[in-house]
Amino acid sequence: MSGGRVGLVAGIACAAAVVAGPFLPPWALFLVTIALGKGLVVLGLMLFLRAGLVSFGQALFYCLGAYAGGGIGRFFGISDIFLVLAAGGLVGGLVGWLLGFLLARYRAIFFGLLSLAMSMILYGVLVKNEALGSTDGFNVLHSTFLGWRPSNEWVRYATLLVALGTCAAAALLVERLLRTPLGRLLPALKDNEIRVEYMGASARRAIHVIYVVAAVLAGIGGALVGATVGHIDPEMAFWTMSGEFIFIAILAGTGSVLAPFLGAIVFGAIHTVAFDLSPNTWQMSLGIALLLVIVFLPEGVWSLFTRRRGA
Amino acid sequence: MQLVAVLMDGIIYSSWLFLAAVGLTLIYGVMKIVNVTHGSFYALGAYAAASLAGAWIAKGYPPMLSYAVLVGAALLVTVVAAPLLERGLLRFMYAKDEVVIMLATYALFLVLEDVIKLIWGVDPYFIAEPYGMMGSFEVGGLTYPTYNLVIVGAALAAAAGIAWVLQKTRVGRLLITVIHDPEVSRAMGVNVDRFFLVTFTCGSALAALAGALTAPTVSVVPGLGVDIIVLSFAVVVIGGLGSLPGAALGAVIVGTVRSVSVHYAPQFELFIIYAVMAAVLAFRPRGLFSAPEARKI
Amino acid sequence: MDAILDARGLFKSFGAVSAAKDIHAAIARDSVVGLIGTNGAGKTTFINMITGFLKPDAGTIHFEGRDITGLEPRTIARLGICRSFQIPQLYNSLTVYENMMVGLGVMLQNAGRGGFLAGGTPHVPGFDAPAEAVADTLLGRFGLDAYRDRRAQILPGGVRKLLDIAMTMVAKPRVLLLDEPTSGVSAEEKFGIMDMVMAAVRAEGATVLFVEHDMEVVSRFSERVLAFYDGRVIADAPPEVALADPDVKRYVVGGELHRKDRGEAGRA
Repeated sequence: MSGGRVGLVAGIACAAAVVAGPFLPPWALFLVTIALGKGLVVLGLMLFLRAGLVSFGQALFYCLGAYAGGGIGRFFGISDIFLVLAAGGLVGGLVGWLLGFLLARYRAIFFGLLSLAMSMILYGVLVKNEALGSTDGFNVLHSTFLGWRPSNEWVRYATLLVALGTCAAAALLVERLLRTPLGRLLPALKDNEIRVEYMGASARRAIHVIYVVAAVLAGIGGALVGATVGHIDPEMAFWTMSGEFIFIAILAGTGSVLAPFLGAIVFGAIHTVAFDLSPNTWQMSLGIALLLVIVFLPEGVWSLFTRRRGA
Repeated sequence: MQLVAVLMDGIIYSSWLFLAAVGLTLIYGVMKIVNVTHGSFYALGAYAAASLAGAWIAKGYPPMLSYAVLVGAALLVTVVAAPLLERGLLRFMYAKDEVVIMLATYALFLVLEDVIKLIWGVDPYFIAEPYGMMGSFEVGGLTYPTYNLVIVGAALAAAAGIAWVLQKTRVGRLLITVIHDPEVSRAMGVNVDRFFLVTFTCGSALAALAGALTAPTVSVVPGLGVDIIVLSFAVVVIGGLGSLPGAALGAVIVGTVRSVSVHYAPQFELFIIYAVMAAVLAFRPRGLFSAPEARKI
Repeated sequence: MDAILDARGLFKSFGAVSAAKDIHAAIARDSVVGLIGTNGAGKTTFINMITGFLKPDAGTIHFEGRDITGLEPRTIARLGICRSFQIPQLYNSLTVYENMMVGLGVMLQNAGRGGFLAGGTPHVPGFDAPAEAVADTLLGRFGLDAYRDRRAQILPGGVRKLLDIAMTMVAKPRVLLLDEPTSGVSAEEKFGIMDMVMAAVRAEGATVLFVEHDMEVVSRFSERVLAFYDGRVIADAPPEVALADPDVKRYVVGGELHRKDRGEAGRA
């Protein structure tokens, strides 16, 4: 999908939401906004997947972003949604930049497990931290929009609009990134890192950059979800949260920058329906769905992992 | 005084970690799979043990034999479930990328979590008798339940058993060839498929055993397997994926560090394990015991 | 001699195996040097040390007077020394065109052009044309136009070799090391491929070293021959002299060779 098409589709989706939004039930607006937030995280994951890496710890930045966004409300009384999202992105990006120095040196399963360890470290820290509410977490202030404090009827709609704008911008920016030399380098890294080094490029630097970009996206996503749900807790850093992001990424595939958002919405819908129908079997449904995708959609998963064992 | 406590806790926790994690490294070493269902077998072992031993005691059978029931339950549930999973599903994935297989085992883990809920329900199981029956002993003025020694004993027995099989038996020697290169082994006539099945079953049995032996010390609830996965990963990665001495060393390191943390700096307790894992990986990217890699170009 | 590349006293061992024992080699600018020797004689190790893949245990390598011993492959590549591979190292899931574009993108990036904030169509350093045009030019020069949109994974062997070499050209290298450019290629194709490669490469004014097992190719295309055996250089002379050397005949060629003189077309 070319940049122009991405912009077009995103524009139509946004326009549709703007028009239809006020007539949709609040729970629908709620679900879509959450999905968009998670979609941002998955967009970052998609960049990794293109480079042949799977991060099992994106929940780290997701949670950091949520706590940063909620934190500026709790400790400084700031509730403006734009500042909340910015705080999430900033903190995510800063930590991503720091951790990138270490993580960009690893590949394959070690990259995955090390990123997993990082997210579990955050989880452990948060659970023991009384100031941040330990396992209970804390509530997030009602969002304000550049001074305007919407009534309960309108806050969901307003949040959705901000989410849409953010996601559309993110999608377009990532699309542009994919067209730069760095973007072109990603599939090459997946196929043959040695050749990349011999061409005079630094694999480590490229992955470090991607790591920061994904961290920023996840941080914004986390802040968005925190503000929408109104509550954050350490579970957002737990490895099963990272698992959910990976699940959505596989469902969505790497074909387009819009896929993560679509995948997240579909996932959210399935999750809600399956959970309501039978709370004790929705995990099973997810697991079976994932297995089916892995086994029967080799094309879909093939494009993610074209390295075969022994090749 | 505190030192004794730290030492005792370290030994007990390390033993538990080793028992819980060794199966994971065994499976990785032979099959090159990071097996997320490891946690499921731990939970299955715990649930099977709790329900069977609980029924045993409730029916009035000799309580002293409940220990055998614990072990038996773990083995039973593994022998039923593991071959089913390996032959029925996993073996179709062996040609795929390492990470894809890991995701497939993650999917299986999700399924098994709910299967457990469907079979055993969501209410907690308690089976305290085997724990309390053995009484307690004193070391350095501190009292410890004697049951903890069962776990230490089991870990030592497992380590010794695996080492003996690998070094002294023909099967063990063949297994080492499969670890080195399944394709070449297959070409030489080794029944690699059967080795994979047996390895998967034994590795999972060890996890189930760990779960079963732990069951009397906790309340068995859904989600029991979730924490084990990441803990086992940490131990195994520190020691080097696929290395059995590595698993032992990793268990000792993590167990000791955690014990020290619990006694002197409890606020770090939860994440010190992952911090150690990150630290080890930062200096030895492939873990403490790792095989050298062959030249690619 | 105006030595563009000067290797002195190189030693390298892997455990008990000594792959390089006191290697000296001075390569003249603009020359074409053939590296010959049996498998395991140390030719690829020599190339790997020059290109930074391996660090010599002892000895130095100078490139245009500058010490490059032990530098990273990507640093050495950026200085102007590029190599092709015995087994073609391609980006298998990308098309031939995309393979070229990856390398061209790296060239742009290293020159600070074509980044996220850049506008317009930046020119590739050394070619003064946009990346797309350079890719097409190079593909044309190596006869790969027909395969432009095919995935690298499904290319025939000779084509993979050509692409592997074509990819090195995006950097406009001053020294080009070709590791067995005609291995895996059928006998009929060998001369044709070497003709095409040499024409394309020499047009850019590069100094060329190539590893080769086929002595006819060596005697036809090289101006000078370095013969390796057991980690040492046992001959360093023009091909007629080197290939007649008794040590070379015993350890490398394996007996008398019916050679084609340089300049003659066709083969025996």
